[in-house]
Amino acid sequence: MTTSPAAQKLADLIQRTPYIRRLGVRMDLAGDEMTAVLPYAETLIGDPGLPALHGGVLGAFLELTALAQLFILTEGDHQPRPIGVTVEYLRSGRPVDTYARAQIKRIGSRIANVYAEAWQETRAAPITCLHGRFLLTSPTHPSQASSSPVQTVSTT
Amino acid sequence: MLTILQDMGSYALRASPQAKALGFTLMAIAQGEATVRCPYHPDLVGDVETGVVAGGVVTTLLDHTCGHAVLAALDTFRPIATLDLRIDYLRAAEPGCDITTHAQCYKLTRSVAFVRAIAFDRDRDDPVATVQATFMLDSSRPGRRKGATNTGEAAA
Repeated sequence: MTTSPAAQKLADLIQRTPYIRRLGVRMDLAGDEMTAVLPYAETLIGDPGLPALHGGVLGAFLELTALAQLFILTEGDHQPRPIGVTVEYLRSGRPVDTYARAQIKRIGSRIANVYAEAWQETRAAPITCLHGRFLLTSPTHPSQASSSPVQTVSTT
Repeated sequence: MLTILQDMGSYALRASPQAKALGFTLMAIAQGEATVRCPYHPDLVGDVETGVVAGGVVTTLLDHTCGHAVLAALDTFRPIATLDLRIDYLRAAEPGCDITTHAQCYKLTRSVAFVRAIAFDRDRDDPVATVQATFMLDSSRPGRRKGATNTGEAAA
């Protein structure tokens, strides 16, 4: 069985991003859709009183998820660079494993807009969401246009 | 609350396991203001090709410093939780440099705190990132969370 281009790109990204390994994040592919897993660890706690996962860690996890999903859907070896992110905290992050997926809202010639959501026990009850704006540093094209949630309706 | 934080210095900061894991150090604290430094570590790099610290690390540092500035603005301790963060990444941090953040809580209402902060590597006037954040006050008041149990623990 040969490795898909998406799987190869994801492996490259993890290889060259020490921070992904530091957080202990795993990234699993189903075709070209990636699910990221942040396994619970005591060091990820921000507020030991509750206890709750650190809000910054959840933001960082979603940013990595958005970046990785964008990277595997674009051509070129350069990582997209974040210009800005907006993170909203919907529920407290409990001390359990957290999952995240990202949707590419738009890929332009220079800018990509990505939405990512993190959840724990219940997919329908996200704990944190992120809107990210990324600068594409090399010529890019979505390799799988059909996977994009935003599609242009063709007029014939 | 400010006097307590002044007396505790970095100990208060490192009550948070994530802040301790990243080696956050309190550089300065004043009424509604906090300055925190995150030492450079190769594990925190976002791309080995550039050596630049991952955006997510800056997110965690900014979130933590903003939270500390809110605590430093309160008369007595009240539990707080991040509502949202809006971060702009102005430029890449210099490889090998520590990152310092300065946050200011500029408005407190009965239930919400408004904060802004900057992150910089060498020169405070040349920031790597800026953030605008809001925090909920008394975030873990008993009985406020729908479906919350007394212990906060799920049945085994």
